[in-house]
Amino acid sequence: MNKILFESKSKMQKNERVINKTLTILGMVSIFTTIGIILSLTEETIQFFRSVSIIEFFTSRKWTPMFEPANYGVLPLVMGTFLIVIFSSIISIPIGLGSAIYLSEYAPKKVRKILKPVLEILAGIPSIVYGYFALTSITPLIRSIFPSASVFNALSAGIAVGIMTIPMVSSLSEDAMMAVPDSLRLGAYALGSTKFEVSTKIVVPAAFSGIAASFILSISRAIGETMIVAMAAGSTPKLTLNPLESIQTMTGYIVQISLGDVPAGSIGYKTIFAVGTLLFAITLILNIISRNIVKKYRRAY
Amino acid sequence: METKIRVENLNFYYGNNRALTNINMEIYRNKITAFIGPSGCGKSTFLRTINRMNEFIENTRVEGKVLIDDEDIYSKKVDPVELRRRVGMVFQRPNPFPKTIYENIVYGLKKNGVKNKEVLDEVVDTTLKSVALYEEVKDKIHKSALELSGGQQQRLCIARAIAMQPDVILFDEPTSALDPISTMKIEELLLELKNDYTIIIVTHSMQQAARISDYTAFFLNGELIEIDETNKIFSNPRDKRTEDYITGRFG
Repeated sequence: MNKILFESKSKMQKNERVINKTLTILGMVSIFTTIGIILSLTEETIQFFRSVSIIEFFTSRKWTPMFEPANYGVLPLVMGTFLIVIFSSIISIPIGLGSAIYLSEYAPKKVRKILKPVLEILAGIPSIVYGYFALTSITPLIRSIFPSASVFNALSAGIAVGIMTIPMVSSLSEDAMMAVPDSLRLGAYALGSTKFEVSTKIVVPAAFSGIAASFILSISRAIGETMIVAMAAGSTPKLTLNPLESIQTMTGYIVQISLGDVPAGSIGYKTIFAVGTLLFAITLILNIISRNIVKKYRRAY
Repeated sequence: METKIRVENLNFYYGNNRALTNINMEIYRNKITAFIGPSGCGKSTFLRTINRMNEFIENTRVEGKVLIDDEDIYSKKVDPVELRRRVGMVFQRPNPFPKTIYENIVYGLKKNGVKNKEVLDEVVDTTLKSVALYEEVKDKIHKSALELSGGQQQRLCIARAIAMQPDVILFDEPTSALDPISTMKIEELLLELKNDYTIIIVTHSMQQAARISDYTAFFLNGELIEIDETNKIFSNPRDKRTEDYITGRFG
């Protein structure tokens, strides 16, 4: 009897070991993929910086790698991305947070049950559809208000990216607010608070870490968004703050070059790796900031 | 002796279930009134009808009157938000906001538009002193309230309620989640507070009711069986059911 027990135990331990190893390998896959991405980016990036000085890359105000004379200043692309981030945030943060507050604090259970999945479906729409939407609906609207606006402009693409990231803000913020215990709400009501005061002075601050993380994630997403900006923002690298002009973002540039007939190995080809590395670095930094915010403001209620 | 709260023919329903039946009672100013009774007898539900906190439970309904200073709090003219500023409440589990000790106390005042820092500082000092928490926390009033012990948190919640300068404070089993020493401190505090406030406390501990209250009301199955001076209830109850309960025959 004892012997059987021992045997089955050692068999279980063996299984346990196999499972453990398999899961470790699966976990490693994503780590190695990340390392692989970094390696493939850095190699070409280093080669790029052998021909172009890093100072020119960050200070020159022109980006014309395909023309003579070639200029390699990345600032116009960064500015293009920045414009998209600003306008998408102006749309996604207030609307996303507002709908999260509504869903978590105001909506009757039945309404929430319907609305939340609908909002999440919005997140599943392919971004190319938002690109169409920007071109065929938002741009004409903008041009009817501002006749000077170009056919391709940063504002239209920024608004479309903002609409696309609303569900990310609202869904993550709502999860954070729903996690705030009811005892805090009741405590605030018992001190003579209105629903609005409970939402804005108790629930939102208590859920701040999750809400801030949702903002940063949506900004990250806007920086990385490619299809909408490639379709609606234009392809004119320009150091401008005017959202009605045609611009180009970092991602938009990478698409343009990788689809074009730039010979592999040429300096023009290597530019996309340099821009890609910068893009990777920016989103990485944002993700680190968001993790720190979550850690710093996490409250054990 | 002055009547602070008068309850007339109060019925309360969860959906179709009647949880309180025909309650009539008077609660006196600057006295401690304790509600006792077995679990599910309706004592907490009744407590929450006094500041209309039951309204946060869906599908509930009230009939009858609760008069505070002769004004029916269920009349259409009464704003429940305003009512709750006059009738404070302390809950079973300490529920400080995830803010600093200071912010917890001034939350209600700031919300009501008090901005003068000197006034707010003064309120924080006096309320912390009146709940006997000042000495323990004076060096960390700008630290998170969540760092305090359970008993300290509960006294902070009392301070938070007092800072609103209410007339009445409702306590819903305020010591059931606390250790004996913290419990003793809260009981001493309640005896102090009755000089300034009308206090109602729901408790599952008959000893607690006997120790601190002036009046005791015994509830059973949603009915008020009897209310009287505490020593009469415990020494010479009129109703057989009260006697059975306090002598430990059930409950």
